[in-house]
Amino acid sequence: MKFNVNGTEHDIEVEPDMPLLWVVRDILGLTGTKYGCGIAMCGACTVHLDGLAVRSCQVRASEVEGAEITTIEGLGTPDDPHPVQAAWIEEQVAQCGYCQSGQIMQAASLLAGNPEPTDADIDAAMSGNLCRCASYPRIRAAIRRAQTETGT
Amino acid sequence: MSAGKIVRRTFLVITGAVGAGIAFGAWRYLRDPGNPLTEGLAEGEAAPNAYVIVDADGVTLVAPRADVGQGAASIQAHLLAEELDVDPHAVRLTPGPASGVYWNGIVAGEGMPFAGWDDAWSSRTMRGRGADIAGKLVGLHLTGGSTTVPDMYDRLRVAGASARETLKLAAARRAGVNVGDLRTEDGTVILPDGGTIPYGDLAADLAGMEAVQDVDLRDASEWRLLGRELRRTDIVAKSTGTFTYGTDIRLPGMIHATAVTNPARGGGVARLDDVSARLLPGVEDVVPVEDGFAVLSTSDWAAIRGAREVDVTWGTPAYPATSDEMWGAHAAALDDDGTRDSRFRDDGDVVAAPGTAIEVEYRVPFLAHAPLEPSNATVIYTPERTQVWTSTQAPTFLRDAVSRMTGQPPEAVEVNALPGGGSFGRRLEDDQVRPAVEIAKTRPGTPIRMTWTREQDTACDYFRPMALARGRATHEGGRVTGLDLSIAAHSVAESQLTRQGFPPIGPDVAITAAAWDAPYAIPSFRVSGYRVPAGVGVSSWRSVGASHNGFFLESLLDEAIHAAGADPLEERLRLMDHEPSARVLEAVAEMAGWDGPRDGRGVAFCYSFGVPCAQIVEVEQTDRGLRLTGLWVAAEVGRILDPVNLEAQLSGGALFGLGHAMHSEITFADHVPEQRNFDTFLSLRQYEVPPVRVRALETTDLIRGAGEPGVPPAAPALANAIFAATGERLREMPFDRSVRFA
Repeated sequence: MKFNVNGTEHDIEVEPDMPLLWVVRDILGLTGTKYGCGIAMCGACTVHLDGLAVRSCQVRASEVEGAEITTIEGLGTPDDPHPVQAAWIEEQVAQCGYCQSGQIMQAASLLAGNPEPTDADIDAAMSGNLCRCASYPRIRAAIRRAQTETGT
Repeated sequence: MSAGKIVRRTFLVITGAVGAGIAFGAWRYLRDPGNPLTEGLAEGEAAPNAYVIVDADGVTLVAPRADVGQGAASIQAHLLAEELDVDPHAVRLTPGPASGVYWNGIVAGEGMPFAGWDDAWSSRTMRGRGADIAGKLVGLHLTGGSTTVPDMYDRLRVAGASARETLKLAAARRAGVNVGDLRTEDGTVILPDGGTIPYGDLAADLAGMEAVQDVDLRDASEWRLLGRELRRTDIVAKSTGTFTYGTDIRLPGMIHATAVTNPARGGGVARLDDVSARLLPGVEDVVPVEDGFAVLSTSDWAAIRGAREVDVTWGTPAYPATSDEMWGAHAAALDDDGTRDSRFRDDGDVVAAPGTAIEVEYRVPFLAHAPLEPSNATVIYTPERTQVWTSTQAPTFLRDAVSRMTGQPPEAVEVNALPGGGSFGRRLEDDQVRPAVEIAKTRPGTPIRMTWTREQDTACDYFRPMALARGRATHEGGRVTGLDLSIAAHSVAESQLTRQGFPPIGPDVAITAAAWDAPYAIPSFRVSGYRVPAGVGVSSWRSVGASHNGFFLESLLDEAIHAAGADPLEERLRLMDHEPSARVLEAVAEMAGWDGPRDGRGVAFCYSFGVPCAQIVEVEQTDRGLRLTGLWVAAEVGRILDPVNLEAQLSGGALFGLGHAMHSEITFADHVPEQRNFDTFLSLRQYEVPPVRVRALETTDLIRGAGEPGVPPAAPALANAIFAATGERLREMPFDRSVRFA
């Protein structure tokens, strides 16, 4: 199977029904993407598939042949964070942090397609991502900060 | 200020951990606890005390309290750094080994029947000195009860100062100057001539030196870090996917595994067929573990898929089959005064209290902890030694549990305590380690990383107890005159201690916590606890007994106030007998612009973990259901060390309380939890979150933790708001059984 992850071409042998979540975690060793529920109810496994946020636990390996995948590691790095990650750092959103890769990938996808989301847009885009620590107010604040900083 | 009469009919140190510790004798308390880092030091490393390691690359700080999301690691690093003069972001941070040296000197006090706000000598002595002695006796290396900040506030600053002065002494000897002429800054000692010696250069000089013990702590006015808006030490890693959780550990030659145990805990395996599971690609083995089985494989996915393919028939456990039967056991406990566990509050005469009476009953369900990172453990077993990597709030208990499983002495068990992707009390338990050790024993020398599925993590949790309360309140002349509350629940202490092999002793304060010790001077006020015989396993869940008792007491009080025709806020203030608690009620009223009862607004108060916290919730009716439109939180935590994280904890705690009150429950049918994943164990989501305003008062000089006290007032504030909006009194959680939320 050939596909591109974070700008790198991969050609790997995996079972066609292996979820993308486990391909990136167990085969590629990219552990920033998290397992939380396995049934698309928590959003911790959110990655970008050809630019759109998807739950990687629900995408089978056979469906990403030739696709471009971005994981949290490909969005930005500690030394060069993506504007959404920079906003997350500035607002100090994370508590336990386990959901935040998924939250950030979902927010980056939202802002890429909708640079000036309304509160209702944020509700609609972000309500699939659980935060058990309930960092929700800061998630909203960080989206607003990222929107301001990328929009100017 | 008088605090009302508190009944101390009996005083027993109830936690079995404490009871077990006394058997070790006072010698253990008096003995110098030593430095557990000394044994593990590598060449070129020095440890002037149990919290600081120096080597050629600089400084490593030891933060022994587990960080399961509340920022414990970061605040411990800042407490040390404040005196040590290092940048907490530039040094290394480690949880250190499991050791009684890192005893918790406060948490045992939560198990004692002395109110935290009671300034009487006996209460202060027992909660303060008594808890410290008990914790030290047992070597209670434990994170919980919102104790990290108060317990570590002095200890880590002293450790930082002691290490700093020792480094200065080493520099003085080397440079041949007077130590009094030296100062320190950003990880270096500065000499009188302006020259500098980095701490790392002094590592060799520290060898054989006696650490400087006699140190003065800096006055708060001199602080560079504490009290300011701090940046968490983990914030960049957690925002870039580079923070390593237990699920992310990779060791050479590691085998992945998942364990599946009977969702009716203790029922065992009746029949198991693993033939087709073993044929699946990646599956290496299927092995029995206690109460279930485990699949060993080459990836987490292969293990999960293999586990689904195992055809298992579970046995039947000892506890009742359905929630209805369990409610029956709770009602029976309340009906039988012989099962009464405690009556720590008995003011006036509730039976003879004057006025009109209301009588009501409240229920709260079992709840799962459901941290988003499923429980997991990585283990390497050899006949001589066992290494464990797992998130734990109780490393010495975990070490001893593994020692019992392997038959090895505790010194042969290495616990690597990891940060957790959430906990809410879950990481106090060690049940994820048992199957990991059982698997590892089948493959000596091979690293095994065992990760639970969400379904296993939810169904096989030790739950927040379900609880049933009956209340009777009286009012006369527009005032509340009496309140009598009886609460029935399983005992968390009994369940936890039994699992650790300790006998539970005395009454369980948690059954009535935050109710019996509520700082209200209601003329007749009685709180009784009833212990329901052990059944489903239960555990500490963020704010423990206060998580249900805040709802019981503040709902009953609100009902009585409404029946009396009084203002819910004014009447609470009139009854309040503790000035800091009155101040948080006044503050939250001011924040929300409370000017008398208003449609859709509810107030509640709770004193828990040494922190008075008041909240106002506002809801509005929409055509899609009830919508939360405001949440105001006021708390008195004393001196604020990190206002940014404090706000996150109080806001997060209150929202955690709201979300579970609205949506969450674990119910039983056929002995098995009916909720197994986030499709049925529901959680608060972004669209439901109202604007949140938080204020910490800082009008006392106390030092308090904030992880839990935000939780208890949230549910009753919401219930009281819903009553104010709809006239409907919700007496059972979750509220979405009765109303719809938008």
